Amino acid sequence: MALAVGCRARPGKARDNKTGSWRVFKPEFDHEKCTQCGTCKTICPEGCISEDTDGKFIPDYLYCKGCGLCAEECPGDAITMKQEEK
Amino acid sequence: MLGITEGSLAVAEAVRLCRPQVVAAYPITPQTHIVEALADMVANGKLDADYITVESEFSALSACLGASAAGSRTYSATTSQGLALMFEVCFNVAGMRQPIVMTIANRALGAPLSIWNDQQDSISLRDSGWLQFYAEDNQEATDLHYIAYRVAEDPSVSLPAFVCFDGFILSHTYEPVEQLNQADVDKYLPPFAPTERLDAADPISFGMYATPEYYHEFRYAHDKALKDSAAVIKKAGEEFKALFGRDYSAMVEGYLLEDAETVLVAMGSICGTTKDAIDEMRAAGKKVGLLKVRVFRPFPVGELAKALGGAQRVAVLDKNISLGSKGALALEIRDALYGSRVPVFDYIIGLGGRDVRKRDIKEIVARAERGQGDEFYGLRQEVL
Repeated sequence: MALAVGCRARPGKARDNKTGSWRVFKPEFDHEKCTQCGTCKTICPEGCISEDTDGKFIPDYLYCKGCGLCAEECPGDAITMKQEEK
Repeated sequence: MLGITEGSLAVAEAVRLCRPQVVAAYPITPQTHIVEALADMVANGKLDADYITVESEFSALSACLGASAAGSRTYSATTSQGLALMFEVCFNVAGMRQPIVMTIANRALGAPLSIWNDQQDSISLRDSGWLQFYAEDNQEATDLHYIAYRVAEDPSVSLPAFVCFDGFILSHTYEPVEQLNQADVDKYLPPFAPTERLDAADPISFGMYATPEYYHEFRYAHDKALKDSAAVIKKAGEEFKALFGRDYSAMVEGYLLEDAETVLVAMGSICGTTKDAIDEMRAAGKKVGLLKVRVFRPFPVGELAKALGGAQRVAVLDKNISLGSKGALALEIRDALYGSRVPVFDYIIGLGGRDVRKRDIKEIVARAERGQGDEFYGLRQEVL
């Protein structure tokens, strides 16, 4: 994204802020344990978890801030927070 | 047309001729006369503008920010505690690159409460990213408003500007001031035509959020635009001179500098007193000169270094104090002269309305010649 004078932006430009850079702990999804209940997608405050065509729930790491709510709430303990080296 | 006018009213007339579309301000001594006069002009149909009455200076500048973002030429005026209350909005206006022009009738900051003049208020906003002009007399204060709008609205600058003139000393003093006429001002200052503005039919936001990946670069771009405005100031000054005869093309102005051994540096109305003191010192054989700083932001590092490089010593008159350090002007002049070996002495003077007389200027020169400086000048030891 090129800088706009005065940080001006058209609607929808918030997507340019890749909030994934804030992350310290990264949620890792174990699809063997996953029961596809969808709790992670519902609870994610960033709205960055989506279901793919196979019914797998996948986070978008460009936006995932690593808050850990998905791991905390997952009934099958299928999500683990791992410290990320950058 | 030449007339004897109170400084505030002369400024108000210049502002009227600049055709602001929105004025929002809150009364505060010694700035009040300016916005009272503008309110009269709007009420009497002499100025076609929306005058927004607000409940505080914070609201005044916030209203101006919105109006400016919506594409209006916008004006406000304040001083001292009023400017302090605008602190947050000042940074937002500058960061959103809105070319608001605001007059500062310079006054001391409390506590203790003082309604009298020094330059602590605008100096304290030196890091806010606005241009800062300082006027020596009411003619200059008046003219600098045209220059300020021209420079601020230049698309390559797109930044707000303070026009500072000393409270009471200029704002409440009657002086001969030549006012321009509307046709000439219109030639010099075309209507404000921003390329982007707030418009419900074509939504856009200003001053959005910048993550660590972008903020650093936004600050760089802001700093660069402010520094690069020096060339626009020069051009605006040259065009003003071509049309109206008075020359504001340089950011600093020398007085009897050529062979000066001691050079005084000052901003604002004290330059007039200093010139008179220099005339008397010159008559007595002392080689003294003055460098007047008209533009404090962007800081004219190159012009200053060139003008002061040949001096034997520099004595800076600071009507402000960065408490715990030194006067702001002297600090930056030392930086501009770094490596030149010209000694720079700082004198904190005239705070909170303390009068500075010709004999004080002469005493400061004598002190600088003795190598004595970096002090509060003229302390009344009996009250300490």
